[in-house]
Amino acid sequence: MKHLISLDALDAADIAGLLSTADHMAEVLARPQPKVPALRTKTVCSLFFEDSTRTRLSFETAAKRLSAETLTFSASSSSVNKGESLRDTVETLAAMGVDAFVVRHKTAGLPQAITNWCDAHVVNAGDGAHQHPTQGLLDAFTLSRAMSRGNDLSGVRVAMVGDIRHSRVARSTIRALHVLGASVTLVAPASLLPAAFVGTGAVPDGWPVSVSHSLDDVIGDIDVLYLLRMQRERMDNAFISSPGEYSAHFGLTDTRLAAMRNGAFLMHPGPMNHGIEVAVDLDSLSSRGITNLVTRQVTNGIAVRMSVLFTLFGSGSEAIDGQ
Amino acid sequence: MASESGSVLITGGTVINGSGDLRADVLVGNGKVERVAPDLDAALPAEGAGGPRRLAAEGCLVSSSFVDLHTHMREPGREESETIATASLAAALGGYGACVAMPNTDPAQDNVAVVEFVRLQGERAGFVTVAPSGCITVGRNGTQLAPFHSLAAAGVRLFTDDGNGVQDPLIMRRALEYARELGVTLAQHCEVARLTEGAVMHEGCCSSRLGLPGWPSIAEVLMLQRDIELVRETGATMHFLHLSTARSVEIVRQAKNDGLPVTAEVTPHHISLTDEKLSGFSTLYKVNPPLRTMEDIEALRAGLADGTIDAIATDHAPHAQHLKDQDLAAAPPGMLGLQAALGVALGFSGCSPRRLVEAMSWAPARIAGLDDHGRDITAGGPANIVVFSTEGTWRQTPESIVSKSTNSPYFDIDLVGGVRHVLHRGDVIVSGGVAQ
Repeated sequence: MKHLISLDALDAADIAGLLSTADHMAEVLARPQPKVPALRTKTVCSLFFEDSTRTRLSFETAAKRLSAETLTFSASSSSVNKGESLRDTVETLAAMGVDAFVVRHKTAGLPQAITNWCDAHVVNAGDGAHQHPTQGLLDAFTLSRAMSRGNDLSGVRVAMVGDIRHSRVARSTIRALHVLGASVTLVAPASLLPAAFVGTGAVPDGWPVSVSHSLDDVIGDIDVLYLLRMQRERMDNAFISSPGEYSAHFGLTDTRLAAMRNGAFLMHPGPMNHGIEVAVDLDSLSSRGITNLVTRQVTNGIAVRMSVLFTLFGSGSEAIDGQ
Repeated sequence: MASESGSVLITGGTVINGSGDLRADVLVGNGKVERVAPDLDAALPAEGAGGPRRLAAEGCLVSSSFVDLHTHMREPGREESETIATASLAAALGGYGACVAMPNTDPAQDNVAVVEFVRLQGERAGFVTVAPSGCITVGRNGTQLAPFHSLAAAGVRLFTDDGNGVQDPLIMRRALEYARELGVTLAQHCEVARLTEGAVMHEGCCSSRLGLPGWPSIAEVLMLQRDIELVRETGATMHFLHLSTARSVEIVRQAKNDGLPVTAEVTPHHISLTDEKLSGFSTLYKVNPPLRTMEDIEALRAGLADGTIDAIATDHAPHAQHLKDQDLAAAPPGMLGLQAALGVALGFSGCSPRRLVEAMSWAPARIAGLDDHGRDITAGGPANIVVFSTEGTWRQTPESIVSKSTNSPYFDIDLVGGVRHVLHRGDVIVSGGVAQ
C-alpha cells in the first residue's frame, strides 16, 4: 500500500490490518510519553486546499506522535489562483523533500491526480464527495472497539442519516462498516441520496445498503444512529426546504431519542449542527441508555491516522514498540 | 495526351460518390478533377515520362474529403493550446478538407474583423478550408444578437454560441426569426445551464460512486425539446451540436418525422467512450457534453446509422497540458479529435464506409454551406479528395499528434483504417499518410 485514496481500493484484510495497527497506536497514545520514533527523519506535508482545521490538526498530531516533521500548506496563503497550476504547486513542494502529502480538496479525484505528479505517498484527507478514508476507518474502529467486537461488526444495524449525496464521509464509512459486516440503512429524502438512487427506486450496484425515507420507521430497530452534517447551503439548490423541516423529519429529536433501543450508539463525523441534525441535549443521552461516541471518534482519529501513516511508510514494527 | 505539370493521378481506388461506387482512376489538374475513368493509369504517360504524379489507392476508398462541423482552433486568443495552422494540419492528416472554426476565440467571432482574420489564417496555413462560424450573441453572452447580416455577407453560414448554449428563450426565438431570411443555420449546444452547474461528468452510477458532480442527461433533453418547438414555430433551420443521450436521438428522430428543418451531429468520443473512463479521475476525459453510458452510445450509433444524426463532428478541443493538470472542477472540458476521427468512426460507429463518407463529408458540407466540399468526384468538380483505407488497426501516439496539445483520449484504443492521401483544391497535402 503506497497511497490511501479510497477504501474501495482496500480489501477486508487491508482494512483489518489498519484497524489492528490502530489498536497498537492507541496503546502508544495511552503512555505517559505518547510518542514513538517510527517516522523520525520523515516529512509529512498537509496540503489543504479547503479549510478543515480539525482534520488537519488530527493528521499533524498523528504525524508528530510518530516523530515526523510536519509542514502545512494552505491554499489561502499560497500561489494557487496566481497562475501556477496545481501540478506546479505539488511538484514544488515535493522538490522540498516531502515524504507524504495529506491532501484535502473540494474536488473529487485530486489526491489521485497527485499520485501521478510526484513520488511521495498520498493520503486522502477528503476529496469532494468522493472519499474520506481515515474517517471511514476511525468510524469502524470506534464502533467496533466500543462494542468490544474486534474487527467484526456482523449483525450490527446502522442507520446513516442525512446528506449522503454530498458526503465523502458516507462513501468511506459505508464501505468500512460493510467490510466489517455491519448492515447499513441510508435514511434521507431522495434529493439527498446520490443521483444513481433516484428514478427506479432500486439500490444501484456497488452500494451495500438499504434505503429508507423515514427515520421514524427505522429508529427503534437500530444499534447505531450515524448522523451526517446537514449544511444550511443545501436549501439554496432546493435539496431541502429548510433546516427546520429537515430537523423535524430527519433530525434526532426527543421523541426519536425515546424511541431508540437501550444500548444503542450515536455517531457523528463533526462538526455538529446543533438544532438541525441534533435537536436534543446530548448530556441526556446516557440517562436514556444511549452511548455518545462523538468525542471517541475524534480521539481515535489520531490513532487511526498514525496507523495509516505508519503502514504507508513506517520502517519496521520495532519502531513503535520501544520508548 | 500531354499532361499538365503538377497534375496528379489517383490510381486503383474505389470512388465513393453519391451516385454510386466506381472503380476508377482520378486525374486532378488545375485545381479541379479532370477525368474519372478506369485505366487512366495505363493510358497516361508514366510519372517519370512527363505523366502525372501517381498516388496509389489500391484497396482504398476515394471520396470527397471530410468536413468537420466543429473545430476549436483556439486562434485568436489561446495559441498556447492550438493555432489555425496546427489545427489545419491535424485536420488534413485526419482526411479533412474543411473545418468550421468554433467562435469561442478571444476576441470572439462575433464581428467581421475576427471572422476575416480566421479565414485568412486558414488560407495562409493552406492545408484545409477554414470556414469561420459566427456567434449567435455578442461575446457569447446570451443577451445581444450578433450582427448576422454583416457576418453572413462575410460568408458565415453557421452561427453558434457553442459551449454557452443560448439560455434565454426570447433571444433564441428572435435569433431564429432573424436568421431565417438570411438562409443561415443556427447551431445550438443543448443544455439547460442551471442543471449542470459545477458538473464534471455524466450524472449516473459512476458519478454517484466517485462523488463527482453530475451532468444530467435531462439538461440536454429539455433544451433540445425547447428548441425543436422554436424551430416548429419559426420555420428556421437549426443544427444540434454533439448529441450525447439516447433520449436526444429519439427526440430528433421525431422532429425529422414531423418534417422540421433540423440536423444533428455526434462526436467520435460519444460513440466510443463511456463515463467509466472517469473512474481514474483523469481530466483527459472531461468533455462537454460528458461521456455517457453504453446505452447512450448504442442509441447514438443507431441514430447515426439510420440518418437521424446527419454528421460526425469532432469537437476537436485542444488544451495545453497545464490547463488539464488541475482538479476536475477547474480543468477545461475537451479532447482532441481530428487525427483520430476516421479511425474511431470505422472502429466504433458500426456504419458502412459509404454511410461514414455521407456523415463525415457530404452532410456536414451541406450543413456548413460549403459548396466546394462534399461533392461527387466528377470531371470539372472541385478536387477536395481523401483516399483512405478501411482495413487494419493502429494506435495513436503522442509523437504522432501535430496539434499543439496532446489531450487525445485514444492512445490506448485500437483505431481502424487510415488516411493515405489528401488533396485540397488539387494540391497534395498528405501523401502516404505523411504531410507534404
